[in-house]
Amino acid sequence: MRHDHVISAKQLTRGDIESVLDRASDIAADPGTYAGRHQGTLLGLLFFEPSTRTKMSFSAAIKRLGGDVVDMGPVDASSVKKGESLADTVRVIEGYADALVLRHPSEGSAKMAAEYVDVPLINAGDGAGQHPTQTLLDLYTIRENAGLDGLRIGIMGDLKYGRTVHSLAHALTNFETTQHFVSPETLALPRNVRYDLHEEGASVKEHTDLEHILPDLDVLYVTRIQRERFPDESEYRAVAGQYQIDAETLEAAADDLVVMHPLPRVDEIASDVDETEHARYFEQAHNGVPVRMALLDHLLEGDR
Amino acid sequence: MTADRELRVSKISSGTVIDHITSGQALNVLAILGIDGTDGEVVSIGMNVPSDRLGTKDIVKVEGRELSQSELDVLSLIAPVATINIIRDYDVVEKHRVDRPTEVTGVLQCPNHNCITTEDEPVDSHFEVLDDGVRCVYCDTIIREDLAAHILV
Ligand SMILES: [Zn+2]
Repeated sequence: MRHDHVISAKQLTRGDIESVLDRASDIAADPGTYAGRHQGTLLGLLFFEPSTRTKMSFSAAIKRLGGDVVDMGPVDASSVKKGESLADTVRVIEGYADALVLRHPSEGSAKMAAEYVDVPLINAGDGAGQHPTQTLLDLYTIRENAGLDGLRIGIMGDLKYGRTVHSLAHALTNFETTQHFVSPETLALPRNVRYDLHEEGASVKEHTDLEHILPDLDVLYVTRIQRERFPDESEYRAVAGQYQIDAETLEAAADDLVVMHPLPRVDEIASDVDETEHARYFEQAHNGVPVRMALLDHLLEGDR
Repeated sequence: MTADRELRVSKISSGTVIDHITSGQALNVLAILGIDGTDGEVVSIGMNVPSDRLGTKDIVKVEGRELSQSELDVLSLIAPVATINIIRDYDVVEKHRVDRPTEVTGVLQCPNHNCITTEDEPVDSHFEVLDDGVRCVYCDTIIREDLAAHILV
């Protein structure tokens, strides 16, 4: 893989994805080999909106590689609050670090920021846009548990605003997969995503209910439907309720169905699912560390 | 060419004539080209002029300025059949059609209010041109209908 920046899952080829996932497997199998590999490397963390988990996962990854972090801290304590542009902020901070991780509320922020810096920049979420490291850890979890080629995956919940869904759907077009999208009509895939999937010749099916496709799935990827997408509480409850699963729902599924969720969940997966063989969402979250270690190791390779 | 004769706009000695503009788009054409008259150039506009080919059309003449092909290609987004005549000494020395560009920079405003190009950052809007619309390269938003409504002024 030779990318200076990791901005979007769309830029990743099958070869890129496989080389990161292979390295993540190596790391997971034998973490000791990679400890100290990036001694002295500093990762700059620029989180313009709070995302404790993603930040902790990146911190853990670079520290396990022997490096450390320099953290901009919360926005209200930084120059950003005084009106500094993002373009200026990243140009200052790149001088403090060997690579940058950016989380920002505006779509396209990571792409723009990358135009201003020479060190590798990783997009850790740009508004409703892309979150490619989440996608890589999702792909890793799918590959470990179900395999990627020949996969039949159901992606359910808020498909309109869910950035993890958009990135994942696009990345899956690199593999022989059938994607079933399950959502209320008002939260169906946006047209730019549908356009891309169509362009890639992906096998895509859209549904408003899970029941009739559930038995055919290898993986069910559940996302949260947010209250603020609906005009009132009762409508939200009525609609969201149709996209919640529990252990009983899963009785109709294949025994080896893998259930994933980018977390945090609220009530879209009942806690009784946690006790079943299907639940892989905690494992999925843990996979963030070896996958981010693998990605950082690739990006920082030239520095060793 | 009865239509042109009916147009009460005098011939120009040198400059650019943009003809066969989709009716109603003449002002948008000028907006795209960044021509607002403040540079002192003589600009003549005909709107809803009868045309054999189009029924009605708009026409724009800009005196003393030869527009480049890339400037003109952007026009194809709102005036796909426009023709361009470059005039020197009252003669048409070059005749072009507009070509659809592969991308346009700094011409259209991204309709996504959460897009980084709409914020106070040193970045121009930048769209990739699709077969049936344009797409923001920063946030992926696609505009299909009424491109003229998104022209930056
Ligand atoms: Zn945009």
